Amino acid sequence: MMTSGSVDLIWPASITGGAMQQQDIDIVIVGGGGAGLRAAIAAAESARKENSQQRIMLLSKVYPMRSHTVSAEGGAAAVTSDEDTLQAHFDDTVAGGDWLAEQGVVDYFIRHAHRELVQMERWGCPWSRKPDGSVQVRRFGGMKTARTWFAADKTGFHMLHTLFQTSLKYPEIERLDEYFVLDIAVVDGAVAGVIALKIATGELTLLRAKSVILATGGAGRLFRFNTNAGIVTGDGMAMAFRHGVALRDMEFVQYHPTGLPGSGVLITEACRGEGGILVNKDGYRYLQDYGLGPETPLGEPQNKYMELGPRDKLSQAFWQEQQAGRTGKFGDSDVVYLDLRHLGKDYLHERLPFICELANVFINIDPVKEPIPIRPAVHYTMGGIETDANCETCIKGLYAAGECASVGLHGANRLGSNSLSELLVFGRLAGEQASQRAATVAFADSPALEEQAQAQKTRLAQLYDAQGEENWVELKRELVLSMETGCGIYREAEGMQDTLETIRNLQARYRNIRLQDKSQAYNTELMQCLELGHGLGIAEATCLGALERKESRGAHKRLEENFQQRDDVNYLKHSQVFFNAEGPAQLHWQDVDTHLSAPAERAYGDAGKGIKQ
Amino acid sequence: MMTKKLSIQRYLPEQGNAPYWQDFDVPFDDSTSILDALNYVKEELDGSLTYRWSCRMAICGSCGVMINNTPKLGCNSFLREYEGPVKIAPLAHFPVEKDLIVDMEPFLDHLAAVQPYLIDDSRLIDDNEEGTQTYKQTPAQMEKYKQFAGCINCGLCYSACPQFGLNPEFLGPAALTLAHRYNLDSRDQGKKQRMAQMSREEGVWSCTFVGFCSAVCPKNVDPAAAVNQGKVESAKDMLIGIFKG
Ligand SMILES: Cc1cc2nc3c(=O)[nH]c(=O)nc-3n(C[C@H](O)[C@H](O)[C@H](O)COP(=O)(O)OP(=O)(O)OC[C@H]3O[C@@H](n4cnc5c(N)ncnc54)[C@H](O)[C@@H]3O)c2cc1C
Ligand code: SF4
Ligand code: FES
Repeated sequence: MMTSGSVDLIWPASITGGAMQQQDIDIVIVGGGGAGLRAAIAAAESARKENSQQRIMLLSKVYPMRSHTVSAEGGAAAVTSDEDTLQAHFDDTVAGGDWLAEQGVVDYFIRHAHRELVQMERWGCPWSRKPDGSVQVRRFGGMKTARTWFAADKTGFHMLHTLFQTSLKYPEIERLDEYFVLDIAVVDGAVAGVIALKIATGELTLLRAKSVILATGGAGRLFRFNTNAGIVTGDGMAMAFRHGVALRDMEFVQYHPTGLPGSGVLITEACRGEGGILVNKDGYRYLQDYGLGPETPLGEPQNKYMELGPRDKLSQAFWQEQQAGRTGKFGDSDVVYLDLRHLGKDYLHERLPFICELANVFINIDPVKEPIPIRPAVHYTMGGIETDANCETCIKGLYAAGECASVGLHGANRLGSNSLSELLVFGRLAGEQASQRAATVAFADSPALEEQAQAQKTRLAQLYDAQGEENWVELKRELVLSMETGCGIYREAEGMQDTLETIRNLQARYRNIRLQDKSQAYNTELMQCLELGHGLGIAEATCLGALERKESRGAHKRLEENFQQRDDVNYLKHSQVFFNAEGPAQLHWQDVDTHLSAPAERAYGDAGKGIKQ
Repeated sequence: MMTKKLSIQRYLPEQGNAPYWQDFDVPFDDSTSILDALNYVKEELDGSLTYRWSCRMAICGSCGVMINNTPKLGCNSFLREYEGPVKIAPLAHFPVEKDLIVDMEPFLDHLAAVQPYLIDDSRLIDDNEEGTQTYKQTPAQMEKYKQFAGCINCGLCYSACPQFGLNPEFLGPAALTLAHRYNLDSRDQGKKQRMAQMSREEGVWSCTFVGFCSAVCPKNVDPAAAVNQGKVESAKDMLIGIFKG
């Protein structure tokens, strides 16, 4: 009776009946990536300092060191050298975000980034060094000065492992690895706990909590072609959204200009920081035609010029070249070429070993000898769960940090290497805030909580029982394709309208989904269905924000003639999308904090000379 | 497109059966990895097939499996590399939980046992901005441990290690390498504490120097070298212990 795709089983007690596991935990952290681990350590330190006994529980749907932070290659930014200034990092971040960043938040960030990177060093992170033993920095796109700390081209890997290993030192940090969080529980406007599924057995657990930190990462998997790990599905965003927290600035989705054709695997921006150049199929450095020139001499990369322009501009230039027929082909992908050959074998193997390995393995090309074919791929979710400057959402005690959050740092476009620093700065802040709150409040009453846990149980049981016609694979494919077509590098109303309709249609079809695998232990099909359900909610917010933002700003570029410019009169505003159980999601506009730097033109290359930024 | 036959070892615990083999035909080209092939099976042929993956770029360490009896990462092994049919089974020497998923808890416990973090007195920096200083560590000092810091915790070396196969209490190549990595770090002062773990029976001395661990490591970490150097350190440590009596 086996081997067929459909495996029907009788219900073990865990989902349909039986008692649910329950524990009381002061601080629950959802997510074991950089942000979650940093928050856990900060909470532990904070509690120690206050002499308060707190239970801290970190849940993650994968073992922490499998989290997506591990893939980050390039580095983490902080003002470091004597020539650099805090003001310059502030200006780069605000201008890079096309004035849609919360300036008070940016100010806090640039002041705390360096301290956090030093802290990582004290915990053993192997940052690359200068001959005298001090920390080395490298150039990064959109940053005026070299200020990016790096650990070869495996910065995220080293940061994540350092944080994970350091967390082992704290017995008060408990972990539930391979637990999939299904929902948060909210009682009287304050967070009261989380409900999670133990992946190994299918058992449900209710954790009663005083503070909950969401650190669930971005949502790049909404798009077909992306640089993200398979687990980056926006779960935390969807949970907060369904409980009434706004998703903010979701229309800003960063394309990275250099992904490998086919897989989307990332080729880090550090390649260009080290001097790599981009050429079209004619071997021409086309970026000089898109306001990023004049051409910089080979081997002399210059910040904010040419290949070191910001990501949105580089991805847009690719699109223009593609339209003009000047891109080459690799497999069935249109591509341009990243040429590193002039850097020489020794330098490449020392500074970019992982890139050499990836190019060799995935597309069978040795960067020492041949240019690497590349194309833009969705990379980073600028928007997310709206929080205040202290990482707290409008639900009391619910915090968000890292890529899932919109604390307001990135505005309309994130600068490369700001987000690894963000994880540390705001992961820590969230952890400290959560610990302080947990010291002062009591657990919520159980009955209201149990009701919500029960509702999750029912939802799961329905999903298991559903006898509909729909299959998650088909729905997912339609979603990611439609997002790419309608909400890609360039956007116009018609395409977005189509995508929005497709999403709503898919949401309706999702109710008719049928699982093939009805088992309890490691039901990865169930997980993928749940992730798809999360994605469908977030996709609507992304598309709605994009459709209604009738201007071009940062990563959001409109094709319609009237909308090709930035429009500060009408759109110097954050978009906020609210969930609506009864019908389509609702969009609102929110003022932006620009109290430190008035909006100015965002220019790079020679055009940027003399402009204050 | 060409197709290839994949033989996958299945095990569905809730059905109470013993593991069995199941064949699938999978289309492939030059760029199809074993992980792509598994995803194809799951999405097109059998939604119940269960395995781990995440980054699909050989850095998260999730996707280790036995491919034709050799431990490998599914995401950086390619169908083009195999002539005949391809046999995929869960990682050897770990308890199998379901299909290609094994229990990684013993592995994680071993990692945690060696105190894999910097041990020193000034680890936390104070909030005073002026006080933020890094240690100095020259490139030469870093070179000493850098290779051993590249472990992605994939567990392939445990599947390759006959000693771990015989005795799951053996700390094993990755954990011993991690301990050695911190011992070699110029910023660390915890070697003494770690030596106690490394020198016990399940530590370095369980290793019979087969060296297969280094051969299968997808990240060139060379755990065999780390374990061997660990033996030298452990021997010195014991000698000193004897002299001090
Ligand atoms: C290829 C690549 C390279 C990058 N390089 C750089 C760089 O050089 N510099 C830079 O600054 N930034 C870089 N970034 C961006 C940066 O790496 C990410 O923004 C950052 O790592 C996100 O970290 P996080 O902690 O917020 O989330 P993640 O690391 O994605 O962790 C999310 C965690 O949440 C858990 N989780 C999610 N949903 C659930 C659920 N339902 N239940 C339980 N747990 C759940 C996951 O298991 C995981 O542990 C890069 C990104 C990519 C894709
Ligand atoms: S030493 Fe190599 S094979 Fe062993 S766990 Fe680490 S990366 Fe994997
Ligand atoms: S999927 Fe991450 S190592 Fe293979």
